[in-house]
Amino acid sequence: MNHILEIIGLVLLLIGGTFLFLGGLGILRMPDTYNRLQTGTKATTLGGMSVILGVGFLEPDWLIKTLVLVIFIALSNPISSHALARANYKRKNYPYLKGGKEYDKYREVYQKEEEEETA
Amino acid sequence: MEKTQTPSRTASFILAWLILFLTWLMFTSTFATQEVVTGLITSLLIALFTSRFFTCCNLSIFSPVKLLYLIEYLFVFLWALIVANLDVARRVISPKLPINPGIVKFKTKLTTDFSKMVLANSITLTPGTISVDIIDDTYYIHWIDVKSLDPEEAKKDIADKFERILLKIF
Repeated sequence: MNHILEIIGLVLLLIGGTFLFLGGLGILRMPDTYNRLQTGTKATTLGGMSVILGVGFLEPDWLIKTLVLVIFIALSNPISSHALARANYKRKNYPYLKGGKEYDKYREVYQKEEEEETA
Repeated sequence: MEKTQTPSRTASFILAWLILFLTWLMFTSTFATQEVVTGLITSLLIALFTSRFFTCCNLSIFSPVKLLYLIEYLFVFLWALIVANLDVARRVISPKLPINPGIVKFKTKLTTDFSKMVLANSITLTPGTISVDIIDDTYYIHWIDVKSLDPEEAKKDIADKFERILLKIF
């Protein structure tokens, strides 16, 4: 029984480590902030979750506590990425667009505000 | 922002107490009498002061049908999270960097603030999308590989599987 738990824990640690590494690689390779957030958020959520759960499986006494941590990560990670993306747009740091300007539907919200300011 | 249903003070108080007490139980992970009693009292005190922030849902959330939908939502969400990570991994590793980013918008049918937040968070953790802003009932979503600029088509791809369940829960 202990062996099975240990194997599950180690596999989870390996999966988590791999995804965290890929997330880091993504942050290096992506062209702009929004795409970096894409890789950053998703990879750190699943990577962090499975690393923490893996530790929980290796030390069964901590399993329930690690579950609480996993829930907190799932709740807080997307909120922080959303806040970063929105703040970034408010700083007029516009996204990299391959297909031209019509691919950015969010621009119109701020264009209206800018027009009101100048008028 | 409009609110169709504001839960009563007692409902949010009971919910707050329950959630806080469950968190306490999970953190102490024991059923020793003194621990449980201490937890009951502290969570009661905290719930008294903070229950006005727990405006997420009525007590009808405990009906079995809604609980079943919650469990279904959990599984749909976990599956989407795993797919999202494989998708990101594929894009990061492939040498050509196959992305076509853009920000799309669509309208939601959800009415309460809390359900909108849950949907936005789910969208952030699912393949290729992060939510940038919500204005009233319009979502602005950054999509790493835009397949359609039409709001209806985009919504079908991004949000429909979550919204369908959330409409039944909240």
